Amino acid sequence: MHLATERLTARYHGRPAITNVSLGIRPRAITAVIGPSGCGKSTFLRCLNRMHELSDGGTVEGRVLLDGSDIYGPAVDAVEVRRRIGMVFQRPTPFPTMSIHDNVAAGLRVNGVARRRIGEIVERSLVQAALWDEVKDRLHGSAMALSGGQQQRLCIARALATEPEVLLMDEPASALDPVATQRIEELMVTLKQDYTIVVVTHNLQQAARVSDYTGFFYLGELVEFDQTARMFTNPSDSRTEAYITGRFG
Amino acid sequence: MSGTPHRHFHDELADLKARVLQMSADAQAALGAALDAFRERDAGRANAVIEGDQAIDSAELAIEETVIELLATQQPMARDLRFLTAAMKIANDLERVGDHAVNIAQSAQQLLRHRAVAPVPELAEIARQARKMLADALEAFIRNDPASARAVCRRDDAVDALHRSVFRIVLTHMMEDPRSISAGIELVLVSRNLERVADLATNIAEDVVFMAEGRSIKHHARAGEA
Repeated sequence: MHLATERLTARYHGRPAITNVSLGIRPRAITAVIGPSGCGKSTFLRCLNRMHELSDGGTVEGRVLLDGSDIYGPAVDAVEVRRRIGMVFQRPTPFPTMSIHDNVAAGLRVNGVARRRIGEIVERSLVQAALWDEVKDRLHGSAMALSGGQQQRLCIARALATEPEVLLMDEPASALDPVATQRIEELMVTLKQDYTIVVVTHNLQQAARVSDYTGFFYLGELVEFDQTARMFTNPSDSRTEAYITGRFG
Repeated sequence: MSGTPHRHFHDELADLKARVLQMSADAQAALGAALDAFRERDAGRANAVIEGDQAIDSAELAIEETVIELLATQQPMARDLRFLTAAMKIANDLERVGDHAVNIAQSAQQLLRHRAVAPVPELAEIARQARKMLADALEAFIRNDPASARAVCRRDDAVDALHRSVFRIVLTHMMEDPRSISAGIELVLVSRNLERVADLATNIAEDVVFMAEGRSIKHHARAGEA
């Protein structure tokens, strides 16, 4: 799997939120996207699985290539794109009226997976999301009875169930306590063996802890992209330096 | 805790830098005083250097404590991270400079028990060069100047060569006049301590390059190539 953007510009009602972003996402690695509020990092993420176009006034120019094919191509099914490139949001979003099992199975039913395979995929997804041991005895209980951290791992299991190749995570731990955050971060590091992960985070320490590569966005531009260790010890651009040392943003 | 808990992180960094500078002034003063005591056979001055070392040791511990606290609480990045790690290493090197000043002061005291020996000009020269390297390395730290720091690194070989000369000269004197052996050993020890001060100045200069540029020039054959 190879994901890349070429001269990607995204607008809201004609006003650019990101401009001319060209970036190759490294496969089976974690790429963190950082930058001050309003820099376009979440917009960038939402362009990667065609969610930006669902926003009011959202338009996209340029290309997003998944294994060389533009996901914005005329014959491409946006729903299929979102299956291959899954997303986890800032706040856990379990379906409130569904059981734990049905939350994970929801995407499978939409995608027409045979009923007899669903149980097996639900278990595998919950195991991958490091939640199985905690919920295996109450799969048909309400998802809302889970803690915030468990709910977020449930959402990760739901995203994994449709067998995506890329996992996009938008501030996945910002609503969680430090212990739940640590579990999510450990899970991300485990998942990168099988998935390509792009994570937007305001938490620079989280980016430094979990990611292999980091991109810094500022005023809608990709200012710098580099290996995370280098970015956080010796960034090339003075704007990156100023941001990560807390001198602006 | 260093400072008040709500103090701005960048104020803490400025305060830490001021403390490293104060420690560097104290370490340089101790080295200068030890060399004066050695040259002038001044027991009182030698004693003051030995007693004053405690303050330099305490300054190192306080700087180390502050750095660890800031690393733990502020999770600094980029140049702030490099500054903090450099500050801790430089404080450690300055503490060692203080120890070498004490060693020189102790040699000065030992020399008082022996008859005066003929001055060795190379020893005066190694003292001048080692002190200048230390001063220049610390000036490079203050100015965050990697070019000056590299120039300091390049001078270490000359000091090493001077130390070998002192050793040969003093050894010759001792062979010619066995009564000068005890005093001669002290001269060699002083030279050895000064050669180590030059090494520590080189370490500090290397840390300044890392702090300024984010890359290490340690263990390169020639600092100018790094």
